[in-house]
Amino acid sequence: MGGYILRRALLVIPVVWGAITLLFLAFFVVPGDPVEVMGGDRGVAPEIRANIEAKFGLDQPLVVQYGRFWNRLAHGDLGESYRSGRDVNDILATTAPNSLRLAFWAIVIQILIGIGAGLISAVKRYSFVDALTTVSTTMLLAIPAFVMGYILIYMLGVYTFQHDFPSWLKFPVQGIGPDRWLGPIPLGGQWRFLLMPALTLASVQTALVARMARSSMLEVMRADYMRTAAAGGLSRKTIYLKHGLKNAMIPVVTLLGLSVAEMIGAAVLTETVFNWPGIGSSIATAITFLDAPIVLGLSLVLVLTYVLINLAVDLSYAFFDPRIRYGGESA
Amino acid sequence: MTSALLSVRGLTTTFRTDAGDVRAVAGVSFDVLPGEIFGIVGESGSGKSVTAMSVLNLIPQPPARIEAGEVLWKGVDLRTLSEEDFRRTRGSEISMIFQDPMTSLNPVFTIGQQIADVVRAHHDVSRHEAHERAIETLDLVGIPNARRRVDDYPHQFSGGMRQRALIAMAIANDPDLIIADEPTTALDVTIQAQVLEVLKQAAAKTNSAVMLITHDLGVVAGLAHRVAVLYAGQIVEEGTVDDLYYRPRMPYAWGLLESMARLDQRRRGRLRPIDGHPPNMLRPPGGCRFHPRCPYRDGNRCLSQEPELIEIEADHRARCHYAVAPGWFSPDERLSEPEAGWHDRVRSREREAS
Amino acid sequence: MATIEGAAPTASQTGVASASAAGALTDTDQAQVASPQGDIWRRFRRNKLAVAGLVVIAVMVFCAVFAPLVTSYSPRELGSASRAKPSAEHWFGTDVLGRDLYTRTVYGARVSLKIGLSAVLIATVIGVVIGAVAGFYGGKLDGLLMRSTDIFLSFPYILAAIVIVTVIGRGENSVILVLGLLGWMSIARLFRASVLQAKQSDYVEAARAVGCSDFRLIVRHILPNAIQPVIVYSTIFVGTAVIAEAALSFLGAGVTEPTPAWGLMVAQGRSFLFTSPHMLFFPAGAILVTVMAFVFVGDGLRDALDPRLR
Repeated sequence: MGGYILRRALLVIPVVWGAITLLFLAFFVVPGDPVEVMGGDRGVAPEIRANIEAKFGLDQPLVVQYGRFWNRLAHGDLGESYRSGRDVNDILATTAPNSLRLAFWAIVIQILIGIGAGLISAVKRYSFVDALTTVSTTMLLAIPAFVMGYILIYMLGVYTFQHDFPSWLKFPVQGIGPDRWLGPIPLGGQWRFLLMPALTLASVQTALVARMARSSMLEVMRADYMRTAAAGGLSRKTIYLKHGLKNAMIPVVTLLGLSVAEMIGAAVLTETVFNWPGIGSSIATAITFLDAPIVLGLSLVLVLTYVLINLAVDLSYAFFDPRIRYGGESA
Repeated sequence: MTSALLSVRGLTTTFRTDAGDVRAVAGVSFDVLPGEIFGIVGESGSGKSVTAMSVLNLIPQPPARIEAGEVLWKGVDLRTLSEEDFRRTRGSEISMIFQDPMTSLNPVFTIGQQIADVVRAHHDVSRHEAHERAIETLDLVGIPNARRRVDDYPHQFSGGMRQRALIAMAIANDPDLIIADEPTTALDVTIQAQVLEVLKQAAAKTNSAVMLITHDLGVVAGLAHRVAVLYAGQIVEEGTVDDLYYRPRMPYAWGLLESMARLDQRRRGRLRPIDGHPPNMLRPPGGCRFHPRCPYRDGNRCLSQEPELIEIEADHRARCHYAVAPGWFSPDERLSEPEAGWHDRVRSREREAS
Repeated sequence: MATIEGAAPTASQTGVASASAAGALTDTDQAQVASPQGDIWRRFRRNKLAVAGLVVIAVMVFCAVFAPLVTSYSPRELGSASRAKPSAEHWFGTDVLGRDLYTRTVYGARVSLKIGLSAVLIATVIGVVIGAVAGFYGGKLDGLLMRSTDIFLSFPYILAAIVIVTVIGRGENSVILVLGLLGWMSIARLFRASVLQAKQSDYVEAARAVGCSDFRLIVRHILPNAIQPVIVYSTIFVGTAVIAEAALSFLGAGVTEPTPAWGLMVAQGRSFLFTSPHMLFFPAGAILVTVMAFVFVGDGLRDALDPRLR
């Protein structure tokens, strides 16, 4: 198994290198004049332009820029915003905790609701729960994050206000609110601001997890070793919970890991919809202003996170499946 | 006559498919006596596995349905038992071994854990005691170094060893009957003999009867005491091994035996397969189900009337209108022209017996 | 994962054979009264959701192609009634500039379907070719291709799309290009896995023994079976592509004004959610219905092609 881990870990390096280089190429090789951005509407005088170019090194040959780029990265310097001059690291530090908290709760929702619904509908096939799960997961998969967000906003934030529902059903529609947390736990009325964004962020992935849990469990239920267990006279409970579950969860856990990674993309949309000040919405805003350093720097962080999570998932797979852990046959 | 351990009467199991209902087991009846090895032989699709699984109620009930029949275990009809009571019988009084050892073991638990599970499902013992019992059974089935191997995962065992482990699981609770569904079909020929030997000895050690299901006549010959031949969901011949091999009275059974390659065959002799193809179980042939392939059918009764199981001699029955002498096997026959040399071969086979 | 096994090269045969029993009868060919294609269609037909999805897609394609026939206004025609509620003249109401929302929604189908189908086509072609080469030839080529796939896959889909579009400029063609180029990886992986499986099967060995050329082997023998998971995936992927396009347009990184695009319309509607929710919900509903249709059809296809996987 050591070999597997090593190979898998080493794989990260060319991937990360490739990703960083692609991002670099995307931003520095292609047209789009950041100087205009910085100048705003007034245009930029030539001396100032030269100044800016020198400062950001935009006038150097590409190779040099590439080198400087890596140099800065190695020092943990992600650059400064073209627009505001703020350190990207600074932006990262402020926005990351918000994104992390949102992600945390989205994952909790996925685990509890997704796996729960999936397992129940597999075990009680054709029951009401099963039908409900199948229909709702299909629907959820089809509803893009941003549409989901607005549906929730409208239902809980607009309709309830306009039609005078009890106040506990009235939810705030934007922003992060008081921003009071104990680690990931929302304090006071904070949860009201958290609920809709978390549900939205989790929606698609919960549907995927539920479906995967269901189909994985169904497949496991049909496996021969389940038959062996039944022939051995094990109780249904033992068969399902012990023999079935462990096998069924292998692909589910993998999917969970992957879905965490996928959430990164969805986060951009969700945070934009709810104006949740996280990494995603910063990127979204930066795009409209063509503020390359922010987009680049934050995307880089997200890509790295994505790669690392995928790595962790692949490695965990070895942990769960003894076939990989202990390798092949012994006579 | 000793009273039967397992007594199946009129078992009928039907499958509901996209294309219609398939009656996989159509009114099958047989007995298994204590301590004997009872073989059920049939080709693919004859219903033998379904029969075995129906006995233990392990058939998924959709899409299948056990429509009729009694399964008397020590006098009690299993079909009347509650699920909980039935569960208590499975794995302790009646255990079952399946065909594919690769997929029949749970890949994420050790062999020891799986055997221990079966033990603890029926006896209130500690984990340690169950573990010890697992080692004991692995030893019984001839796994070397059992104490160490018990903590291995299934994928670390070879095919033959896995099947032995499954046998170990089956005898862990001292069953009275072991149902073995094609236990060697998925194994190499060289391993087959070993595993069968293990099965035989394991059964002897626990004084269990064995219901051995197979398509391989060779397997049955070496092992079983009594045999039933299944065709198209019905038993078409039943008797002791000798009865079947030397005095087959149903043309299908005869055909099966004839189609086996033999070491003492004349070098230029050809194998004689049975004509035709397996029956369409959605719409089985009318009359005798074997009649489209039978070289001995008459143009009349065989096509229209389904034969009963006729008793030929003590405990030897065959399902054929012409099973009793003078039957299809008599030299002065009025049935359709048999192949040249057919009667001689019947004669030579009978001569072997004496 | 259920494998396509046995000597019969058409997966639907194994599908029918295994549909008929709990494992005990799988090695018999039970009566196969209908043709494999007929079987697939019949199973598909029984799935009401899938059929409904197919109908919806048909309607949508019709609307997309014959948009002028179903609408009375022009999608860019400015009007006086700004943000009007749904009424007899304006079935879906109007947007900020007084344009008829129903018309824009119908024309939006054109945009979404064009982008979705083109992108998926590109992704599928690239993915199948790469997957076939990698799976069939194996070795270093396989390793190289799969590493490149991994590199591309290291970018989260939407994020990568956003980044690239920011760089190459917005617009329909950019979106098609981006979505296509970012989608081939999963298809390549999927197809490669299928090819690997099919490569080891008996019927391929048999064909090879008879002297089949590589190309013929791939196209005539491996492709028909291995392509099935790809077909299912691609169908559902159209839905994903439609969502992705809507997301991009929503963020301002996709199709631009004045082209009618559902994502754009949603973005425009968000500011008026309180007062004129119809501006957001009609285009959102259109997205929803379209994607659901493709997902249902994809699911139905998968169930029809291999009922064991239900």
